[in-house]
Amino acid sequence: MSELLLETHRLRKAFGALVATDDVSLAIRTGETHALIGPNGAGKTTLVGQLTGELKPDAGRISFRGRDITELATAQRARLGLARSFQITSIFPSFSAESNVALAVQARESHSFRFWRDAERIPALRAPARKLLEDVGLAGVGDAIAACMSHGQHRQLELGMALATDPVMLLLDEPMAGLGLEESRAMSQLLARVKRQYTILLIEHDMDVVFALADRISVLVGGRIIASGTADEIRNHPDVRVAYLGEEDDDLGGDLDADR
Amino acid sequence: MAMLGRRGLLLLALLAAAILLPPWFGTYHTRFATQIAIYGMAALSVDLLLGYTGLITFGQAALFGVGAYAAGMLTVYGVTNALVAWPLAILVSMLFALAIGSLSLRTRGFQFIMVTLAFAQMVYYFAQSLRNWGGDDGFTVPQRNDLGFISLADHTTFYYVVLALLVLVVWLSQRIVRSEFGMVIRGIRDNERRAAAVGFPPYPYKLVVFVIAGGIAGLAGALMANHAKFVSPAGLSWQLSGELLAMVILGSANSLIGPILGAAFFLAFRDVLSDYTEHWMLFFGPLLVARVLLMKEGIWGLLVRATGAEEKRAPAKLDFPAASAEAAQPNPGASR
Amino acid sequence: MTLALLVEQLFNGLQFGMMLFLMAVGVTLVFGIMRVINLAHGSLFMIGGYFLMAALAWTQSYALAVPLAFIAAALVAVVLEIIVLRPLYRRGPLDQVLATFGLTLFFNEAVTVIWGRESIPLSIPPFLTGSVEIIPGGAYPIYRLVITGVAIVAGLLLYLLITRTRVGALIRAGSDNREIVAALGININLLYTLVFALSAMLAALAGIMMGPLLSVEPGAGDPILILALVVVVIGGIGSVRGALVGALMVGIFDTLSRVLIPLVIQTNATSALVGMAVYVLMAVVLLFSRTGLFAAHRG
Repeated sequence: MSELLLETHRLRKAFGALVATDDVSLAIRTGETHALIGPNGAGKTTLVGQLTGELKPDAGRISFRGRDITELATAQRARLGLARSFQITSIFPSFSAESNVALAVQARESHSFRFWRDAERIPALRAPARKLLEDVGLAGVGDAIAACMSHGQHRQLELGMALATDPVMLLLDEPMAGLGLEESRAMSQLLARVKRQYTILLIEHDMDVVFALADRISVLVGGRIIASGTADEIRNHPDVRVAYLGEEDDDLGGDLDADR
Repeated sequence: MAMLGRRGLLLLALLAAAILLPPWFGTYHTRFATQIAIYGMAALSVDLLLGYTGLITFGQAALFGVGAYAAGMLTVYGVTNALVAWPLAILVSMLFALAIGSLSLRTRGFQFIMVTLAFAQMVYYFAQSLRNWGGDDGFTVPQRNDLGFISLADHTTFYYVVLALLVLVVWLSQRIVRSEFGMVIRGIRDNERRAAAVGFPPYPYKLVVFVIAGGIAGLAGALMANHAKFVSPAGLSWQLSGELLAMVILGSANSLIGPILGAAFFLAFRDVLSDYTEHWMLFFGPLLVARVLLMKEGIWGLLVRATGAEEKRAPAKLDFPAASAEAAQPNPGASR
Repeated sequence: MTLALLVEQLFNGLQFGMMLFLMAVGVTLVFGIMRVINLAHGSLFMIGGYFLMAALAWTQSYALAVPLAFIAAALVAVVLEIIVLRPLYRRGPLDQVLATFGLTLFFNEAVTVIWGRESIPLSIPPFLTGSVEIIPGGAYPIYRLVITGVAIVAGLLLYLLITRTRVGALIRAGSDNREIVAALGININLLYTLVFALSAMLAALAGIMMGPLLSVEPGAGDPILILALVVVVIGGIGSVRGALVGALMVGIFDTLSRVLIPLVIQTNATSALVGMAVYVLMAVVLLFSRTGLFAAHRG
């Protein structure tokens, strides 16, 4: 009996003749982990951009927690509880790992127009930051400068920062991107833990993770949602198989068939 | 500023030199040091925007000049008490900064540079048009401001007042940069997109730091009006804005102290070379190009490395303004 | 304000606008394709004028001097591109701004060393002196008409180059995605040098043509550069169309405001308002669209 946390209603975005988002209506319920999959070029990035407020849709509405957020700026959406992690690592490179997270924690406050206290010595910011670093598996590297960390650590940091804002919903854009085997496993486990506490919209290519975590899956092809349902429904959906099996990338076809 | 490692000692040494040396060498050098301190303060204000917020402004001279004009005009009108004139000059420059910033900060990158340049030019033309205040020639200020019963006519006294103010500005700027506000603007510099995604709307924060920097530049301008006892539109020119940027980069951006050293270098370079040729700019231009193309850090950076005074977790090289749509490069040495 | 005066001012505005267009299109092309901010563009304008003067002094003939000045300016531009601009393509805006600012300082001083600080007047070529009656009662200098015409022709040629030739296609492609163009085996360095030389020659052309009207002096290019930047802000970065529209707007607006404002407002502040008018225009356009009127791509 969960209500809809994030809804889009007939979202449309075109770049000249290219319709990147074509009549997309998504419905994500509170507490669910909703995966968005689709081949490259399907328009996932454009859709994410509209959800986060970086792109303005040509038509349609987005509502979050019952509010119409279509006109809201990115920062305002974040303050309402919609946090995101980026597909291409987007952190504060000159800051330490701990400061990266602490700044996200700081964002919870109503404003940061405070000019006097040394921010690195405020326990109310640092302690939660350290705890979050532990939670995402970065305990002990808090002092490392973010720019010098490995790619895998960056992905962990991305997630940590999204969690730090104490959000209601997470928009995770390919959290597994570029991770090796070990790191992928660690990230999956992390996501499995995280999933219990937040509503998640997960954009991913890694089908193992998608089928393991997602309660519902929507498939985006050519800017349109061609199918939306549970993992089994999607696995057996004829249109989805065509969309994927028709691609050069056969991995998904294999994944759809494999007994897992 | 409680730490007293190598870095603290280095700063202390610089401060001691600033306090003891100029008067020792005489009036000419005291006046020269005063000029360094004043331009250093103006350059520091540029660093607040450039090194800490990632904003390349080509218009800070406008705010410097506004402060000079305000202080000069007030003195001519009989308001000679510095405790009244200088805060007023700061206030006026902050108001101009608010006006210019509120429009300019709606733009980004290349546009922002051009827009700040354009608005500064606008202020320049405005100053040139003030017929009652000498127009293009400017006007002389009859006397220096005074601190109540303390006259500032004596160059040494004035120097120490300016130095004290500079130290105060450095200290306050340091606090601001380390505060929660400072974290946000540094975050905006590193990755504005991320800062917004985390919940900080960039515009208000950028505007506030722009206004603060404007106030600092205005104070420097007021001090300049006192130092030279002369105010003219030349102090508002875009060349000066460019020179302030040059001072920051020569001295090391993102350091607050660097700009002051850069100002010292620039003024010393000019002073020494003009003894030999009036065409010293012929050498400064290429020097600036060489610094940009060939060197990775400025004077302060070199000094810190030479004395082994790096902060334990300082990054190798800071690149800014950081990524736009792309993510941050993991390699701190990369320029783009 | 007679009709003749108004028409004269409109033509002046058109002429000034076309000069600004020659400057602005160079700035916007170089930024659009190479992502480089070139503050030394004004210096190229100034150098055009100085080279014309020098060539005139040497050959005593405009017919020879103009091409000579052009070639000399192009040479300077190529050398500049190879030595200073190329390393800047990979750098950020700060490095570009400072390096090209340093160049401006250098050039402004260099011309002083060679030719002194005074403003040197140039005479209008003898075969272009005199006026024409463009409307009854309104005589307009032939020279101004000619340079406006030349600028329009240059603009058309540029348009044809960009839209109809292979080089132009490469330029447009390089603007969108330089990696792909390079990957196609096109010598991207050569392309960039070409684009830069083109922009420099347009600036030099403007400088050569304005020489007789403005006199050559150190720093002559600086006010023009600033206005060209205003044009680019108004027109939108990377847009040639925007450069044209913006330049005409700024040229006509600036010229007309200098004449009309003093007629309407007669106070001490008049000259300030006149100088500021263009910036007010820019502010208004920015309020309307923060990326300018025709922003090409994500600048």
